[in-house]
Parts: sequence; C-alpha cells; structure tokens
Amino acid sequence: MSAVTPAAIMRAHPTRRSAWRSRIVIYGLLIFFAVLYLMPLVVMVMTSLKPMSEITGGNMFELPHHLTFAPWIKAWGTTCVGLTCAGIKGYFWNSIKMVVPAVFISTMLGSLNGYVLTKWRFAGHRLVFGLMLFACFIPYQSVLIPMAVILGKLGSIGMNMQDLTGYSLGFGNPTVNLVLVHVVYGLGFTTLFFRNYYEAFPTELIKAAQIDGAGFFQIFRRIMLPSSAPIFIVTVIYQFTNIWNDFLFGSTFAAGDNAPMTVALNNVVNTSTGVIEYNVNMAAAIIAAAPTLIVYVVAGRYFVRGLMAGAVKG
Amino acid sequence: MKLRNFYLASAMAASALGLAVPAHAADVKQVQVLHWWTSGGEAAALATLKSYLAKEGYAWKDVPIAGGGGAAAMTTLKAMVAAGNPPTASQILGYYALDYAKAGKLNDLNVLATKEHWDKVIPKALQKFTTTNGKWDAIPINIHSVNWLWINKAVMDKIGGTEPKNFDEFIALLDKAKKAGVIPLALGGQPWQEGTMFDSVVMSTGGPAFYKKAFVDLDPTALKSATMKKAFDNLAKLRAYVDPNYAGRDWNLATAMVIKGDALVQVMGDWAKGEFTVAHKVAGKDFLCYRFPGTEGTVIYNTDMFAMFQVPADLRGAQLALADAVMSPAVQSAFNVIKGSVPARMDVPDTAFDMCGKKGIADVKKADAAGTFVGSMTQNYAQPPAIATAYTDVVTKFFHGEIKTSDAAVAELSKAIDAAK
Amino acid sequence: MTVSALTPVPRARVSLRQRLQNALPKLVLAPSFLLILVFVYGFISWTFLLSLTSSKAFTNFHFIGWGNYLKLWTWTFERDPPSNWYTAIVNMGLFGGIYVVFCLSIGLGLAILLDQKIRGEGVLRPIYLYPLALSFIVTGTAWKLFLNPRIGLEKAMHDLGWTSFHFDWVVNPRMMIYCVAIAAIWASAGFIMALFLAGLRGIDGEILKAAQIDGASSFQTYRRIVIPMLRPVFLSAMIILINLALKSYDLVLSVTGNNPGGAAELPSTFMYSYTFTRDQMAVGSASAIIMMMTIAAVMIPYLYSELREKSR
Repeated sequence: MSAVTPAAIMRAHPTRRSAWRSRIVIYGLLIFFAVLYLMPLVVMVMTSLKPMSEITGGNMFELPHHLTFAPWIKAWGTTCVGLTCAGIKGYFWNSIKMVVPAVFISTMLGSLNGYVLTKWRFAGHRLVFGLMLFACFIPYQSVLIPMAVILGKLGSIGMNMQDLTGYSLGFGNPTVNLVLVHVVYGLGFTTLFFRNYYEAFPTELIKAAQIDGAGFFQIFRRIMLPSSAPIFIVTVIYQFTNIWNDFLFGSTFAAGDNAPMTVALNNVVNTSTGVIEYNVNMAAAIIAAAPTLIVYVVAGRYFVRGLMAGAVKG
Repeated sequence: MKLRNFYLASAMAASALGLAVPAHAADVKQVQVLHWWTSGGEAAALATLKSYLAKEGYAWKDVPIAGGGGAAAMTTLKAMVAAGNPPTASQILGYYALDYAKAGKLNDLNVLATKEHWDKVIPKALQKFTTTNGKWDAIPINIHSVNWLWINKAVMDKIGGTEPKNFDEFIALLDKAKKAGVIPLALGGQPWQEGTMFDSVVMSTGGPAFYKKAFVDLDPTALKSATMKKAFDNLAKLRAYVDPNYAGRDWNLATAMVIKGDALVQVMGDWAKGEFTVAHKVAGKDFLCYRFPGTEGTVIYNTDMFAMFQVPADLRGAQLALADAVMSPAVQSAFNVIKGSVPARMDVPDTAFDMCGKKGIADVKKADAAGTFVGSMTQNYAQPPAIATAYTDVVTKFFHGEIKTSDAAVAELSKAIDAAK
Repeated sequence: MTVSALTPVPRARVSLRQRLQNALPKLVLAPSFLLILVFVYGFISWTFLLSLTSSKAFTNFHFIGWGNYLKLWTWTFERDPPSNWYTAIVNMGLFGGIYVVFCLSIGLGLAILLDQKIRGEGVLRPIYLYPLALSFIVTGTAWKLFLNPRIGLEKAMHDLGWTSFHFDWVVNPRMMIYCVAIAAIWASAGFIMALFLAGLRGIDGEILKAAQIDGASSFQTYRRIVIPMLRPVFLSAMIILINLALKSYDLVLSVTGNNPGGAAELPSTFMYSYTFTRDQMAVGSASAIIMMMTIAAVMIPYLYSELREKSR
C-alpha cells in the first residue's frame, strides 16, 4: 500500500514550532478520547476487584484498598443464575458451542456467495444481491414468532428422525436452532463483505485459469481463497461479535440449560439479594465480554487492514 | 493460507454437533419451569418447591428469564408455545393465563382438582384465572396484596411516627421524615411500580365500591369522576417525597433503601417482605407493615400462578406431580413464608408466618368474605393486558410530568382505555 | 455478453456434465438465497398479513383491513399528552440524529488524528474499538452505573470537591434518551473510526501531493479533497448507523431501567411491547411494517445507485 498518506504530506513543510504545537494538540485530543473510552472499562474492572463495603461507601474512581478476586471466582463458579448457583461457566461453553459453527458456516456461505455474485454473474445477479442485502435490515423482534413456528416444525422432524434412525441430526436442538438463526440473519452481512472484496479482485486471473480448464471450485480454492485472508478476518470478527453479543434470539429460542452467555449475564445482573452485588455483576460482565475483547485487542490491526482491503467500498 | 482447513473444520464442527446431540431425552421424571423469579427472596422461595419435588424424585429444569417484570419471559413463553414445545409449567400472571387457556394451550388438571377439592380451598375470585369452562388449567401458589406500606422501624421511632390511618396522616408522616432528613418514600420509577402504588391510592381515595366500578366494570362515569381526579391529585402529592434518583430504579433496590434506613417507607406489594426476610430482618422489630392508609379491610390482590401446558404424554405424570406439589399445604406455607405473600389455599395454618404474614392471611379471609377482595389493575387482575398497560401508561406519564394536570390525566385515562378495548 | 464476464468456454455441444457445470454457481448461491427468501421475505409477508388482522395475544387471521395503520396514524399526531407512538417517533429522530452525527464526526475526527503518523497507534486503536466488542447489555449496565448520580459520576465529582457538579440525566425521564445516545455513541464511534481510517489509508497520495504543491493548507486539503473522496465510506457508515439506531433495543431498556414514564420509547421497544406484552400483536406488526418501509425508503435508492455504478 502507498506510504504517502494525507498526513505524511501535510507534515512535509511546516516550521518546527508550529509542528510541535500541532503534535501536542493531536496527542492531547487522542489521549483525551482514549481516557473517555477507557473510563467505563476501568470503572468496571476496579469495581469487580473491590469488596462490597468499598463500593457502597467509596468512590468509584478510587483504586481498591483491599484487592479481592472473590467476585470473579463467584461470578465464574458460584453466583446464582435463577435457582442454580453454579456461576456462569456453563453458559460460557454454550455460547462457544453456538458461536463457532454459526460464524464458520455464515462466513463460508458468504464467501461462496460473494464469489458467485462477482465472478459468475447471471441475469438478475444485482436483484439477487439487493434482496440479500436488505436482509440486514429486518427488525429481529418481528421475526421471533414465525421463526419459533419454523423451529418447532424442524424440531418435530428431528423427533421423527430420532425415532426412525436413532439420530436427530441436530433438528430441534436449541444450539443448532440458534446456529441456524444466526446463519440466516448473518448471510446478508457476510455476502456484502465478500462481494465488495471480490468485486475489486482482477477478473483476468480467473479468465486465465478458466482457459486452463479450471472449474468453479478449483478457481475458488486455488485463486480466490489464498488472497481472501483480510476479508475473512473482518467477516469473522464482525460475525463473532454480533453473534456472541446477541440477547434477543438467545433468550427467545434457547432459554434454560442451553442459554448463551448474554442470557445468563442478564439473569445474574437481575439477581439480587436486596443489595446489588455490583462487583460480581461487573466481573460477570467482563467475563461475558472477554472473548470478543480479546479478539479486538489481538486482531484489531487486521480488522482495519481488512476493511482497507475492500470491505467498506460500498 | 490455512483457509482450506478452516472450511474443513467448519464442516466437521457442524456435522459433529448435529450428530452428537439427541433431540429429546425422554426423561419422564422431570419438570421444566419457566419463571422470572431471580431476585433474592423470590429465588429462595421457589427453591422450596424445587427441593420438595427433588424429594419426590423429580428433577427441576430451570428456565429463568429475568428482566422487565416478566416481559422477556413472556416473549420466550410465546415462542416456546408457537414452536409447539412449551415448558411443563410457567409462572404466569392474571389475564395472560386466560389467553393461553382460550387458545387451548393448557392442560386439564381436573383429575387432581376434583380429588383434592381445590374449588373449596381457593378463593372464588382467583378461580376466574385458574379455571376455564370448569376445567382447572393453572394453579395459584400464593396471594399477594399490593396495598401495603413497608416501614423501617428504627427510622419510624427516630421521627416519632405512628401508623397513618388515612391519606392525610400519611402525608403528615412523610413530612416528618422529610424534616428529619430521611428520604420519606422509597420508589422505583418504573411504570409498573407507579401503577401498583396508584392502585392503592385509588382504593384509599374512592373505597372498594369505586375501585370496582372504575377498574373492574370500566364504568365511564367512574373513570371520569371527581374521585378519580382526586386520586391523581393524591398521587401527585406523593411525588414530592421521593428522592431525585428514583426513575428507572428496580423495586428491590427501593426496598433495600428502607432496609438500610436510607428511606422511611415503601409502598409495594408484599413481595417486598421477601427482601426483608432474606436480609434477616424481623417483622415488628426491624420493620413494620401497615395497610396503605385508608385501605384497611380491603385487599388488592394479585397471585402468582403456574400455567400447566399441553405436554407430551410421557411428561404428564411429572406435570401432575408439580401441580400436586404447588398445591400441597407444606409447600404453600414454606414458599410464602419466604416470598412474603400468603398461601393461596385458605386452609393453610398461619403458624409459620410472622406478624405481617398472619395479618395478611387474616386480611385475605376477611376481605374475601366482605367482598372487598379485588384484583390489581396494574398486575393484570382487573383487566386484560391491553387495558392494564394503557392504564399504567397514563399513570407513569402523569407521575413523570408528561401529563401535566389531573384533569388531563382523567381525560387521557378514559381515552387510552377506550382505544385499548 | 450480458450473462457473465466469464462465459463458459465451449458452446457447441452441451453435455449433461457441462450443463451441471454451468448451473453450479447458481446452485451454490441457491441455498443462501432460499433461506433469505423464506426467513426474510416470507416473514415480512407474514408480518404484513398479520398487521391487517385483529390479532391480540396470539396470531389469528381474521382480517380487519387497515385499522391498525389508521390507529398508528392518529397516534402520530397525539402530542399532548404524547402517545407512545409519537414519543417513539420523536425519540427516533432525536436519538437517531444525535447518534449518526456524533458517530460520524467523532469517528472521522479520530481517524484523521490517528492518521497523522502517530506513535502508539497500535495501542490507541484497540482502545477506540473495544466498546464494539461489548454486548449492549454490558454497555447498558456499565453506563447505568457510571451515570447514576448516587454512586457514579456525580458522586465521584462531589467527592473530589466539585460539589456544584450536577448530572442526573439517567434518572431524568426527559433526558434519558440522551443517555442512551451517549452510551450508543460510545459503543459504535470506534467502528466508524475504523471505517474512515481504512478509507483514509486507501487514498492515493499523488492527488494530495498535487494539492500541496498548489499551496493548499492541510485544513483545506482535508475539506476540499480528502473528505469528498471519502464519500463512499460516509455512505457505508450512515447505512450501518441508521440500521443500528433503528434496531437498538437492549441498550434502551438496560440504560433507562425499563423505560420509566414511557419517555425513552423507540419504534423497536414499541413494536416489542405491543407484540409480546400488551397483547396487541396486530398493532405491533403494523409498526414493524412501518419501520421496514422507512428503512426501505432509505436503502433502496442507495442500493439502486450503488449497484448501478458498480455495473461496469
């Protein structure tokens, strides 16, 4: 990529004095916003490390006087979610079990769709894409009931299959249901990302491969995939965050033992014995957010790179 | 690039998941119960039912969905029923139970009901919600009443207050607290909390006959009457005694303010007592319970019920066991001692209850006999949800100043109720 | 060729294998498209049908015509006291406007600042991005605690000696919607920053050099050249933001504590409560259809122009 950014050029001439001054302003502003951004997280972390007496009596910006990890241990292992007091650890795995296949499948389908919609166009491809894109904008609250009906139908298919063959193939399983729901409502986004990325991909390469006799999947595997890493990263991060953080579908279709993390967190936050245990709540909230936080901190750089590589072009 | 592996892995993960998990485990000795009882006192009370069933050999599959006073839970329930996969039982309130019953989604419990003579032990008023066409399909575990004051006794003694017998005395008591520098009235400013308080204010202002005429019969003249206007004026008076941070506060946090002595009194249903109990406070010693001033002798009730859904035949036994457990005098006593409410069965002895519980049980019996046992408007026991929510809309908008005068509030109330009919 | 940039090579004799090969792209696309047809367009049609019925607690198909839309239409003009629908629309305008404008300006501002060859960009960028990783329940819980006058910001300022500091928006129903906006801006401005940063990094340096030689100041260069070149990013960002604003639901409830006074009503909360707790499913469905038509009114012209442009 070009090394000449607007900024680099801007800095080409000015005198040393004014350069210094503008640097100070720039860093000042950036740090100011960084502090603003970090404040809620810092407060959350500090609150989670304080005993309750310090929270109700003290100042939320004060460092803990008596550092304690008890709230974290409680949130993970013993806090009550409804009547069961076994912490949120079980729900953590529920979320993982649901998120991983949902992200994989929706990303996989998105990349294939993007490939077809840019390199194997057919009459009406634009309409098809437009229709798929509009799927991003459906208000989820309005699909809950018809979705429940369809999931119910799938569930009874699963029962019949169970009776016939001994396997349900996952039909009717709440985790599988959630995977299906998230795949369906993620398709619009993943298709958009991949289509925009592949749009810029040189068609000549593919033509050449075709002349060499390569087929649809061969071209996809040998030519498209190897250069798709940036957009895969963007899509995976985006889907992972959205699906992990979903509450509405989780609470509607998988309440109870199969509930994902957000649903359990909501129950913890609303479970209180007269006094809200802010420290446990905050610890639980941080645990619930940990996987996505880690993804952003570790892969944030690739996220911006991936966006640069074409996800945002339109 | 390892993208090929990515594809392989995803395919494998998907298929492994699909193949490994059986769709339905036909465990007949299990009940699945949907509820939103996640607050301390509530969860502790429900745990008594769970352990009772455990002794009988039934596993409890918990489906807790907290938040919004059951709004999220009602959504989940609707989805589960639409999917044809309802829970064994669900916590349910008032007219919502009738919705499901009318739609034919509930199971007939008459096998048990006739044998145990439920119609003799449950107040007639409640049976409106638990039976449809003579069939029992829901069971009440308790009777709550909403016209209570919960008072911190230490604060009360400090300011030298006595039990207020009418609304004016109540205002005088709140003034005393204000002068002493305590928050007089602990309130959580959420629509249902304000509505619940207004239920009591209307009862206090107009008496039981007026309450019934306005809220049960929806009599237009009563709704537009000067009495209703006065009730709104009285509600407005109470607004002067809440702290500025009340909006959006959860009810149990308002209770905690009274428990800690930050506030003198909370107007709340007797589920608030559950929070006192969990905090190891003793009725009469640490806190006081009075009827909302001017409502002595009447009970504005709501009841927590379990609706029993149509379940596959192999779960029917467990469902009946659950129903039997809910209706057993032992559970009704143990549950309600913790929850703060009184047993739905009128024949449960009051020995295990504290003074507030004993008063509650006696009050229900008296009110039932005198015909002053009426459903709470806010809690969906006087009218179906569409009208009840239209009512809370008006009350909360008035309380927060969106509706500016009591005249406007009265006019808006009739209009909103008409629109929701 | 109208069909494809890549016409399958031999055309003379089409064998079965060849035909399959030709249909392959469509076959690959078909499952996704079918899923969307059923789960998006099927459901939209279903919702539309429902909005013409008298459905209350459950769905029924007793058609009553446009009554539910008429109801919403009258509510649109009920200002004093405000109907829930009126509040929802006004709040949507307020919240949506503030949210979109602030996210765009903070996002663009941070992106420009970060693009000044900053030391420590690797540290700063994730700081701006991380709120996006939090679920709205976490964000709502954190901001509700943070803004609460009794234990949060106001108390902290008082403890530090600034006793006249007053900030009670989160418990003041009239101001609550702004608190929702603050939390929402905090949650998404970083993502918009990333979009703009990517856009800035993609601009061809030669154009800027030329401007510099012509004597343009850096401010002018940004205003006249850089920002206009970011137009597609603006559009993408707007679409994403409008979409998020219309869908925000969890955040409203968790920041405000279940919407006291009905003051923080938004179309999404309106639709949800009428459908699921108020037993007026048909009214809820009608409001959902109105929401979707609004989105379509914004989206379709955009999609149309974008897709036309792309069809070189």
